[in-house]
Amino acid sequence: MSALETAAPSHTTRRRWGRVLLPVYSWLVIAYLVFPIVIMIIYSFNKTIGSMQLVSFTWNGFTGQWYRQWSDVPGLTQAFWLSIRLGLTSTLISTVLGTMLAMALVRYRPPRFRGKSIFEQVLFLNIAAPEIVLGASLLGMFVSLNIGRGFLTLVLSHVMFSIAYVTVTVRARLAGFDRSLEEAAYDLGANPWTTFVRVTLPLIMPGVLAGALMAFALSIDDFVTSNFLSGASAPFPVWVYGVTRVGIPPQVFVFGTGIFAVGIGLAITSIVIARKKV
Amino acid sequence: MDEPVPPDHPGGLVVTRRRHRAGRALAPYLLSLPSGLWLLLLFVVPLAFMLSLSLKTCNPATGACVMTWHWGEFPSEISLYHQEFITSLYFAAVSTLVDLVVSFPIAYWIAFYGGRRKNFFLLMLLVPFFVSFVIRTIVWEFVLANNGVVLGALKHIHLLPAGFHVLGTGYAVMAGLAYNYLPFTALPLYVAIERIDRRVLEAAYDLYATRRAGFLRVILPLTVPGIFAAFLLTFIPMFGDYVNQEILGGTSNTMIGTVIQNQFLVNFDFAGGASLSAVLLVVALVGIYLYARLLGSRTIEEYL
Repeated sequence: MSALETAAPSHTTRRRWGRVLLPVYSWLVIAYLVFPIVIMIIYSFNKTIGSMQLVSFTWNGFTGQWYRQWSDVPGLTQAFWLSIRLGLTSTLISTVLGTMLAMALVRYRPPRFRGKSIFEQVLFLNIAAPEIVLGASLLGMFVSLNIGRGFLTLVLSHVMFSIAYVTVTVRARLAGFDRSLEEAAYDLGANPWTTFVRVTLPLIMPGVLAGALMAFALSIDDFVTSNFLSGASAPFPVWVYGVTRVGIPPQVFVFGTGIFAVGIGLAITSIVIARKKV
Repeated sequence: MDEPVPPDHPGGLVVTRRRHRAGRALAPYLLSLPSGLWLLLLFVVPLAFMLSLSLKTCNPATGACVMTWHWGEFPSEISLYHQEFITSLYFAAVSTLVDLVVSFPIAYWIAFYGGRRKNFFLLMLLVPFFVSFVIRTIVWEFVLANNGVVLGALKHIHLLPAGFHVLGTGYAVMAGLAYNYLPFTALPLYVAIERIDRRVLEAAYDLYATRRAGFLRVILPLTVPGIFAAFLLTFIPMFGDYVNQEILGGTSNTMIGTVIQNQFLVNFDFAGGASLSAVLLVVALVGIYLYARLLGSRTIEEYL
């Protein structure tokens, strides 16, 4: 081993980089990314000072009180359930629409699908445009059309910004799809609907689920667009933002920790499942 | 739903197949129609509407707007808020640069040395996204607070003077931006580095390229599209961001996003807000256009 290393000096330095410096650096970056989350979890167990039940910058002692009283701030709990309902509704709609669009984009080219490149450009623009511009322009239109802001406008906008992400995600998984399996179903007398439900959908399901998770994550975390369009009914991020100036109830960190735990659990599960299949 | 072919009908199969073929000619349009309508009515039309709104004159009392082709809104809004534009440009540029420099080595390490644990490391890069954006920023407020977790400890051991503060300055805003958008930079870089054909690199080393030459003349040129994609996907949202500034920046260093939000939600100056948004959109479009011209329009989608 040592003889080899002296024989190829460039490879030795490469190894040293790869084995020592880069991993140490990378773990430091990962620690930096995780650090605020750890702080959030720790502070969700922090006692409050005085009669005001608001989080403080200082550590006042350990308590599990906020987990027991997780639903004691009515506005927060309401906002949370609104976010869940909004997320599920917009995920359902955008996953169906985005999957359909992804199938059209993967399978058909210009002579049979005119306007395909326009679709691709609109999708790209939709992802790249600053979110504040999307939210502001929707607000301008809704106000001019006298459409009241609320759950409906939130769903309309969340589906709008999720479709492109779902389409891109599903499309990436559709690329290696074996069309001969569908042809076989047709040859055995299946109609298009049966073929889709029994052959195509099961095969593209991992992609569709990934797209759906993406849409749900985008929706539940969205602040900018929702802040423009929520009106009286504020979803979770908008509500939290609203109280940053007056003081944050500790339950906000409890919800944050809960959402984090569920999200990371789902992600790890999907990695484990993917590894088992390979 | 199921229509089994009658066994006594020899032409049954042919008939159903022909019907499928007719349906198939329409298939791409039927599949794309719902999304197309949704995006047209709630994305394209509002953008066009906003652009027209920026040329209208509005009555702030009634909110009624009349088309006057008033181009003057643009110069007056820009001269009024040019400082906010410059601040946004500066904060977004510095934070994007920090993110590119910080995330390149880790993206490189995961792509080249990640091995079987690649997915795990990618998940670690994405970890901030599992906490709500607003909460993440609030926690940064905690971290950077005068007597908070970090500064309080450093002051306690007299590494920092007691009057030292970060919160309420531009540095706090840039730190928040850099943290919140790091995954947007790291992932496109990872995709670009991952895609490099290792044999090209081996060939360079076989031809006695030094480590430095291998990096500067093989890896770096091959990751240019990824770097540009990472730049756009980080810089554009940062430029319009106002949450970091509002929570971490205090009352100074106002960014353009804050102005736009206030124009719409506080001042109800829709024409003014619309023209500022239009400027923001144009900045984004110029970046995208440059990317498409230099590196091709299809390639950027590969980094999403």
